[in-house]
Amino acid sequence: MATVFLPYALRKYADGAEQVQVPAKTLRELVDNLEAAYPGTREHLVEDDRLKPGLAAIVGHVATRRGLLQKLEPDTEVHFITAISGG
Amino acid sequence: MVATFEPKTDYKVVGTRPIRHDGYDKVTGRAIYGGDMKLPGLIWGVMVRSPHAHANIKSIDTSAAAAMEGVFAVITGADMPKAPSKLVDLGEGNINFKWASNKLMADDKVLYRGHPVAAIAATDRYVAEEAARKVVVEYEVLESVTNVVDALKPDAPIILPDMVGDDLGEDVTNTNMAAHVRHEFGDVEGAFASASHTIEREYNMQMVHQGYIEPHNATATWDEEDRIKIWTSTQGAFPARTQIAGILQVDVSRVKVTPTEIGGGFGGKIPVYLEPIAALLAKKSQRPVKMVMERTAVFETTGPTPGARMVIKLGADANGKLTVATSDIWFEAGANPGAFIGPAAMCIYAPYEIANTRIDGWDVLVNKPKVAPYRAPGSPQVAFAMESAVDELCEEAGWDSFKFRVDNASKEGTRRGDGVLFSKIGMQEVLEAVKECDHWNAPLGDAPEGKVRGRGIANGYWFNIGLKSSANLAVNTDGTVQLTEGSTDIGGSRTSMAMHVAEVLGIGAHDVRPTVGDTESVGYTDVTGGSRTTYATGYACWLAANNLVDVLKDRVAVLWDIKPDDVDFNDGAFTSKAEAAKSIGFKELAGKLDDLGGPATSTGTVDLESAGDGFGTHIADIEIDLATGKSDIIRYTALQDVGTAIHPAYVEGQLQGGAVQGIGWALNEEYYMQDDGKMANSSFLDYRMPTTLDLPFIDTVLVEVPNPLHPYGVRGVGETPICPPVAAIANAIKDAIGTRLYNTPMNAGSILEALK
Repeated sequence: MATVFLPYALRKYADGAEQVQVPAKTLRELVDNLEAAYPGTREHLVEDDRLKPGLAAIVGHVATRRGLLQKLEPDTEVHFITAISGG
Repeated sequence: MVATFEPKTDYKVVGTRPIRHDGYDKVTGRAIYGGDMKLPGLIWGVMVRSPHAHANIKSIDTSAAAAMEGVFAVITGADMPKAPSKLVDLGEGNINFKWASNKLMADDKVLYRGHPVAAIAATDRYVAEEAARKVVVEYEVLESVTNVVDALKPDAPIILPDMVGDDLGEDVTNTNMAAHVRHEFGDVEGAFASASHTIEREYNMQMVHQGYIEPHNATATWDEEDRIKIWTSTQGAFPARTQIAGILQVDVSRVKVTPTEIGGGFGGKIPVYLEPIAALLAKKSQRPVKMVMERTAVFETTGPTPGARMVIKLGADANGKLTVATSDIWFEAGANPGAFIGPAAMCIYAPYEIANTRIDGWDVLVNKPKVAPYRAPGSPQVAFAMESAVDELCEEAGWDSFKFRVDNASKEGTRRGDGVLFSKIGMQEVLEAVKECDHWNAPLGDAPEGKVRGRGIANGYWFNIGLKSSANLAVNTDGTVQLTEGSTDIGGSRTSMAMHVAEVLGIGAHDVRPTVGDTESVGYTDVTGGSRTTYATGYACWLAANNLVDVLKDRVAVLWDIKPDDVDFNDGAFTSKAEAAKSIGFKELAGKLDDLGGPATSTGTVDLESAGDGFGTHIADIEIDLATGKSDIIRYTALQDVGTAIHPAYVEGQLQGGAVQGIGWALNEEYYMQDDGKMANSSFLDYRMPTTLDLPFIDTVLVEVPNPLHPYGVRGVGETPICPPVAAIANAIKDAIGTRLYNTPMNAGSILEALK
């Protein structure tokens, strides 16, 4: 079971919850199951079957480079944040 | 699963300070920069730029310019390919090609002063400039807005009428607000209600420029097969290729980018400005076209960092525990969206463990150049606010602000303001190093008559990124190794890359000959930026070197007629597992390769998650003349968790450079805007950056906490050091004169005003 920290803009789909529990073995499953439980969330996270441009998924401590293919360890926490850039 | 490494200490090459491979070329003038480019039949391109910050273009007449002798091509917005309005991932960051195209050449409206409205290619620069003066543009001048407060007023002129803003996930139109994001965790209201001490303050920071010495430049050809070749000063040949192809609406395989040497970038040379225009002029003229930007245009039209308005509120309990924080952050995006409010929100509370937090960030359009990354984009601004506010909270509560920083320091398991958990980080180790460092324990000393002194301290944070990097290796028969890597070298990185290879192969750093490749000679590599280069491209070099060892084990197996698995490699020598006395060194083996299968080559490619979180603390001593307000930094120390320092001199240089740039932000630099949207100080004479004559030697303390995500423990270092200086100096000024300054630049005039 993954713990998803919902971006503020998505909390309205989950009665204002900061975090929700979602069963998933991959990030794709997580997005699908999140949408099933909280309809409306998917369009904020996925575009053309990939994470939306400008969005990063933090799995555990690090931003995954595997996108929706990222495998999830049991009890992993997942964050969706602005993709990081630098100078 | 992310690979992790145990820290080592017994390095032969890592941690040494070899002379940089490009040193002689750089100091003798042999190094080839974009401005040096020459090609047969080369002609010059120049821009025609808007004198207005905001205006509709009613008409453009280029006929007189086109008719001039020596003019080969004229283009306007009508010649720009129509790119779709869609956000595209650029590896580091993202890009909307429609806006990127419009930034380079106005269509029917100019959005900032200097916005190009036409471009001309002619036999030489002087003919092109004369032709540019013959272009007649009829403007309908519109009211302009140059700060976030004016831009968000209900009656503000709308800069991009077709932009759809995002307000916490809801579409909004007819606005200059491109985005509003929020992060909120814990019980913010409850925590403020129970806090013993609270403060709320507003801080403002002016837009500033990266100030690289070398201006933007590009040379382009467009051949009969529609293949485009670009030579340019860029922080990333591959991301430049992506941008150029997207703006020109051609496949990336049609574009070859060759990075020339680069005279500074600091993030500002990640976006392209001249390259697509030079290519279109080359296509139209059927000649190679070279463009070099003037300094005024560099200031007026290329990536500054956002000006910011920030309101921050902090709360702590009676024991000095920081329990709650909220912040409202408005950043200037320039004329297109994208003001780095995301990174700012992630960074603002990072040095502290705070259970209850809220951050609201607004990305706001103004009639200024579209901002670009500048060393830790977004973080220095919010560090100014947070670290000033921490000192103010401590002053009001009567607490020692350094002890407060130690007691509330973030650590493994702390959550950033965006909720993400830290793994192993070095904030506490850096603060421990402060306690031990000479500067912190030395007295400030007595000021001369008529002057006062103060000391300030501040923390800073940057996350550091990973991403894609590639490297190729080839063994020469004299025992040297040719390295081709994809990262353009801004701060000496090619030597750091060579050192990664040398350490694995057991040879000297100068036995590796590093070259920065073009987009057709090495695999995709993301930008030199984000504090990622030594980490990610170094990792790719390490991987390539290990792969090369495997290739060479096969050759040794042929030489000794044994199985490759029976060959060992240690300290630059191959040995037989069965016969310990049987040994051949790397260089000797290189000389035998012709009879063992020929050239030995390898590659290394990576796509990495993170270069490890970076924390730093700076100490600034300032002396202020009470009669004039003039300030002098009399001592400065930058301390930072740098992971393992591959080439310590380069790491020290990064810390010193970041500190110096931050000092400039604090004391001198600003976009001084007139009411009509014109920048009044668009030259290095009037845009005052610190020089060596203004500053003391910047002392550095490298705190080496190895990063487990890199084989040698490398952590990103280049951006964190620009985060603490503004706040450290603000705190030092307060210590010196007893009055706090809330706006940058904190120049002599501001200090005199505060002394009244």
